[in-house]
Amino acid sequence: MKYLLDIWRQRDKDTDGSFRTYLYETDSDTVTVASALSELNKRKELADIEGVVSGRIVWECSCMQKKCGACAMLINGKPRLACDARLSDNKSGRLRIEPLRKFPLVADLTVNRQIIFDDLRQMQVWSESDIFADDRNNTVMYEASRCLQCGCCLEVCPNFAVGEKFFGMSAMVPASRLLAGMTGSSFDRLRKQYGKVITDGCGKSLACRNICPAGIDIEGLMARSNAAVLWKWFSKRRSRHDNGNNT
Amino acid sequence: MRNDTASANDILNKRPDKIPAVNIIGAGLAGLSAALALARSGISCRLVSPMPSERAQSVMAEGGINAALDTMGENDTAAGHFNDTMNGGVYLADPDAVWALCSNAPETVRMLLALGAALSTENGRPVLRSFGGQKKKRTAYARSSTGKILMTALTDAVRRYEAEGLVQRYSHHRLHSLNIRNGECFGARVLDLHRRVLSDMKGSVILASGGMNGLFPGMTTGSVLNTGDAAALAFVSGAELANPEMIQYHPTTFPISGKRCLVSEAARGEGGRLFIMRNNARWYFMEEKYPELGNLMPRDVVSREIELVRNDKECSGQVCLDMTALDRAVWESRLSDLREECIRYLGRDPAAVPLEVSPGIHYFMGGINVDKAHRTSIARLYAAGECACQYHGANRLGGNSMLGAVFGGQTAAKTAASEIIPDNAGEEEIAGGEELEIMQPAGVPDKAAELLREALGIFRSGEKLESAVQKMQELIDNENDALQRNRMILGKAVLLGALNRKESRGAHTRTDYPERDDAHYRKTTIAVFDGKEIAVSFRDIQSERGEAE
Ligand SMILES: Cc1cc2nc3c(=O)[nH]c(=O)nc-3n(C[C@H](O)[C@H](O)[C@H](O)COP(=O)(O)OP(=O)(O)OC[C@H]3O[C@@H](n4cnc5c(N)ncnc54)[C@H](O)[C@@H]3O)c2cc1C
Ligand code: SF4
Ligand code: SF4
Ligand code: FES
Repeated sequence: MKYLLDIWRQRDKDTDGSFRTYLYETDSDTVTVASALSELNKRKELADIEGVVSGRIVWECSCMQKKCGACAMLINGKPRLACDARLSDNKSGRLRIEPLRKFPLVADLTVNRQIIFDDLRQMQVWSESDIFADDRNNTVMYEASRCLQCGCCLEVCPNFAVGEKFFGMSAMVPASRLLAGMTGSSFDRLRKQYGKVITDGCGKSLACRNICPAGIDIEGLMARSNAAVLWKWFSKRRSRHDNGNNT
Repeated sequence: MRNDTASANDILNKRPDKIPAVNIIGAGLAGLSAALALARSGISCRLVSPMPSERAQSVMAEGGINAALDTMGENDTAAGHFNDTMNGGVYLADPDAVWALCSNAPETVRMLLALGAALSTENGRPVLRSFGGQKKKRTAYARSSTGKILMTALTDAVRRYEAEGLVQRYSHHRLHSLNIRNGECFGARVLDLHRRVLSDMKGSVILASGGMNGLFPGMTTGSVLNTGDAAALAFVSGAELANPEMIQYHPTTFPISGKRCLVSEAARGEGGRLFIMRNNARWYFMEEKYPELGNLMPRDVVSREIELVRNDKECSGQVCLDMTALDRAVWESRLSDLREECIRYLGRDPAAVPLEVSPGIHYFMGGINVDKAHRTSIARLYAAGECACQYHGANRLGGNSMLGAVFGGQTAAKTAASEIIPDNAGEEEIAGGEELEIMQPAGVPDKAAELLREALGIFRSGEKLESAVQKMQELIDNENDALQRNRMILGKAVLLGALNRKESRGAHTRTDYPERDDAHYRKTTIAVFDGKEIAVSFRDIQSERGEAE
């Protein structure tokens, strides 16, 4: 089968980019976009269908099997992991492959997703004291440990923009792990942050539903964390109130 | 200890500005663990990796991490863990180092649990599973994502220190070269992959850069990021390699783009059966040859048997793993990930048809030579995790490598902290340029790859190795690209290790020397490069564990 791959080429953020079309042939219907990109990059001379030769395609990959989030990009307009997207998923034989558009471009298909990690730091996603994933919390903490920090959810979210107040699901998921296990002042600190950068910003449009390549139960985790944050807040107010009544 | 070194506290007091004097190369389990240990004792470091921790190979680990936590009522002990590890490694590991690993293993796993690592628990205690080569249930796990779960816990823990400035992340930076003079390391030069500029980072260096997958493109189950380039740089700069020939093949893998996908032992544990066609009938060779353990023999045995039947003239086609008789419930509850992977990447449903499988490279027991404290042969250069040779001898047990990475990272950090030179800190941006390639080939050139693949298979022979060594030298002589040259020099050292070890032990099987030879080779292979030649020698290992702990 012959595939035409329209791949975004851009040397760096200061130069203009454009789609270039490459021919890729394979007999197998399990070849992924990731393998096609690796194969193209192995060619001695990488020429597009017009014969224009250029350097290797800059893109990121590591595990090649959906476990690391490195290879997130737009494939036919949808954010996906290149190692999870088979060429044959697309019946027309032509695929458009471009970088995620929400993040600053580095080169070709590589973007700078540093904001994801900066946001986690700013939100203070950590615990000062020991926390345990006991039998009760284990399932939630496991699920919330699975985020690849790939950014696919941010790409589709109408409320997320780099540098804005809402941090998106790539921050909600890891925070949920800690919220499920934390107590005391650590919990209070993260709870406040969570309210500021998650609860207040999410419009619940659910555009991110079914996008997560790790299949994380985003809705379930968010419902749980929102409830925990609110519930502990209420119960705290009530206990303060009760204490007040007693004295 | 040298007298120009200072204690951690001295340094901290002298350098309140938190300029790091330790540089960690690699942000997988070993690198994170080293960073956390340094930060917890108030020492700042740089944590350098081409991509964030979420992308390190450690997130791919599935099965679990070993520790004699004894939660299964089997009276497991650290001594039992020690014995199994030494035995599994066919007595090629340093007994003192292995004892330190095993006796600290329960504490190491408890440290991870206290970070909220969601390992599977029952009644608040981690559940342990059986893993190959171990007499007791000793492997803590989190379904089939143990590595990811541990990495998340460590990443979150380290983040706190990032915010305090104690851990400075360089998450899109690759090691460019090491600053080594007269047997001493003064820092690392790293390339910013986003800005295409080089920086010199002064201070000591802990290599935590993972295995040498780049020597075997397309053959390994791990990450394509682990090129082995950091180990190659250390080697060409004079650091010793140890046991480079010890390479673990996992018997059941299948090829996917640019690498191999692991079919975990669990598939056979749940009832998967290996067969090959012989005279038009299925031959369940493992069950016939090993009636007791059958398909569940240790990895090296199964891999060897697969090689043998594949080359058997009476047999035809590939070895297949038949899982079609497995219960639906097993697929749904315990092997759902595997099934999905097979369907996605092979286009085959293993519940319906047998899978073609073959051995793939899964782990490098050998690597940069380190002592018990994780010092390399170069002063102030340390190594931990899969890039280092420690703990696993001639064969590593499943579940011991994540343990070795976490414990090794901590140990290296402790040693590095005690040997810091306060004045050697700071950072300097030196140059940028068009010529700095962001995209590197993931592996050695095709010809070199073929040599390594052919000569360093499961069965090795002196003749093949000898010729591969010669041809590799020719390739090296004709290679202009420094990166590929270094990789091939590393590859040649692996070949030489295998050529000089004239015995069969653990993962190393020589057809011309099929016996184990303790008198000559119960020793560590040491390879060292003087800028021209690679010299290989064998160094004694202490036979018993010392008293000092
Ligand atoms: C599929 C699979 C399953 C496994 N299952 C298990 C298991 O169940 N139990 C177990 O104990 N072990 C298992 N292992 C082995 C285990 O995962 C690894 O040995 C261990 O995670 C290695 O950790 P590490 O920190 O040394 O290296 P890695 O996690 O590989 O990290 C290496 C780091 O170094 C960086 N790096 C590499 N080169 C450079 C460079 N030139 N410059 C800068 N940075 C660089 C990488 O980007 C990365 O951050 C498994 C391995 C695989 C592949
Ligand atoms: S529900 Fe809507 S607003 Fe909220 S994170 Fe998802 S896409 Fe964004
Ligand atoms: S929640 Fe899912 S889509 Fe979003 S960053 Fe995590 S893994 Fe990616
Ligand atoms: S390369 Fe790891 S998710 Fe695609």
